[in-house]
Amino acid sequence: MLKINNLHVSVGDKPILKGLTLDVPAGEVHAIMGPNGAGKSTLGYALSGRPGYEATEGAVDWRGESLLDLEPAERAAKGVFLSFQYPIEIPGVPALTFVRTALNAQKRARGEEEVSAPAFLKQVKAASAALKMDFDMLKRPLNVGFSGGEKKRMEILQMALLEPSLLILDETDSGLDIDALRIVSEGVNALRSPDRAMLVITHYQRLLDYIKPDRVHVLAAGRIVASGGPELAHQLEAEGYDKYLPQAA
Amino acid sequence: MSTAVDLRDPSTFPSRRVEAWKYTDLARVLRETPPPSPTVETAPGGPFAALGGEEIAFANGRAVGADAFVASGEQTLRLRFVSDATGTGHSASVRIAVKPGAKLTLLESHEGAGAGYVASYRIDLDIPAGAEVTRVVLIDEPADAISVSVAHVKTVPGAVYRQTTITSGARLQRQETHLAHGGEGTEVTLDGLYALSGERHTDLTSVVRHGGLNGVTSQLTKGVVRDTARGVFQGKIVVERGADGTDARMGHHALILGERAEVDAKPELEIYADDVQCAHGNTVGNLDESALFYMQQRGIPADEARALLTQAFLIEVVDRIAHDGEREVVREWLTARL
Repeated sequence: MLKINNLHVSVGDKPILKGLTLDVPAGEVHAIMGPNGAGKSTLGYALSGRPGYEATEGAVDWRGESLLDLEPAERAAKGVFLSFQYPIEIPGVPALTFVRTALNAQKRARGEEEVSAPAFLKQVKAASAALKMDFDMLKRPLNVGFSGGEKKRMEILQMALLEPSLLILDETDSGLDIDALRIVSEGVNALRSPDRAMLVITHYQRLLDYIKPDRVHVLAAGRIVASGGPELAHQLEAEGYDKYLPQAA
Repeated sequence: MSTAVDLRDPSTFPSRRVEAWKYTDLARVLRETPPPSPTVETAPGGPFAALGGEEIAFANGRAVGADAFVASGEQTLRLRFVSDATGTGHSASVRIAVKPGAKLTLLESHEGAGAGYVASYRIDLDIPAGAEVTRVVLIDEPADAISVSVAHVKTVPGAVYRQTTITSGARLQRQETHLAHGGEGTEVTLDGLYALSGERHTDLTSVVRHGGLNGVTSQLTKGVVRDTARGVFQGKIVVERGADGTDARMGHHALILGERAEVDAKPELEIYADDVQCAHGNTVGNLDESALFYMQQRGIPADEARALLTQAFLIEVVDRIAHDGEREVVREWLTARL
């Protein structure tokens, strides 16, 4: 479903990803683990089209179509969703307005009919209840004054409403206590489906106890250096990343 | 700072050599007295028509009916300055009196049609004790118009005055407000909003003079400039000797969205009294790139994301407008221009 082939990405003049190759078949959850500075967040930004993250070589094929030439909003309309490690605060735009604007923009881009205000409210009420979110919070400007856990729930709520088909979770567990982690993970697991692919980017194995991956990949120095089943995550937790670091090679 | 511009006398057109007109060089764009504008008709209406009330209109400077107004009780007055002229000039002045205890909503519109006209207006407004005036000024003029408008507002202790000016600018446009602050029990709000594109220029200049004890002033101006537009904010608050306990706050915040757009801000506090709280804040910046990317990542196209962020930035001023009706008119006007 997602095929990344020999991807090179530079930020400014600095090469970060140096020939990354990865296949994520439909219905699978793949974890990307790696030490700090390996290029994990860069992968998420490159797939979602953040300005300044320039693909200098290689290809990204998403459901038979090249992603790299598309604008960020076009990629979103094609189902790409990046859950941010640090979700951005948008002062002056209520969360509800934001999500409805995004949803309808995606629907317009796909030539679908926009969702009406009452239908949208109904969806939001159900989705926010499932994530144990206070509905009134959604009337406040997006993420402004939200706690770390509330921001992450807000990301999962957007995921549930926008129904993306490629979910990229960048360090979703950071800043979450154990209860919040459980709620957020349940939200993510509810979205597992045969027509979705998920990339779970994480430094620690902890999140993978809650979101069980089909495959685990180690990203070090801009490339996938090892791949395996869920047991690889446990091995990394026990042994650390030392043997994957460049000086150990 | 108050220079009376008289269209019949070019020697009254200030140039940038006059400190108060440093950023708005009227003499550069207007050298001679323009020929007088023709008489035109105007039907009742304007942008605030749906809000009802009485109407006073000036069409190319000529009063359509009355040219003065006395407010009593609870009243809405739509004060309309209609220009429909090409390459000509006109001026008008109007005096508005308010009875003690009256509540006046003054909805002022500057409605420009035609091209390259020159307009000059003066408004005098006296607010006695126990009276409350809310003035909303909506200025919508052609890109090549020149206009200068000066308001002299006098408040006494126990008066409330709220003003919000909203403008899209013109070739050269200036809105001056001179406010004599009554002090004790007098609350003044003086807000402004500008959204400029193309080569438009606007100048929001105000002087608030606190003459009495314990007066309160709150001022918030926000603006956005694109292309080669230029926004000017000059805000001066004077706290005179003896005006102890004054609480005055001024903020001006602007977004520059064009590489060749410009914002000039000159906030000034002159304090001659003791035990006062005065503060001013001024920021000029750009849209937050990470917010823009975040919005696009969720599917909102870049242009729409920019407009949404810009509106979110400006809306704080609109939200401070007390009445729902005016707020909605202003919000719609603004949304259509972003």
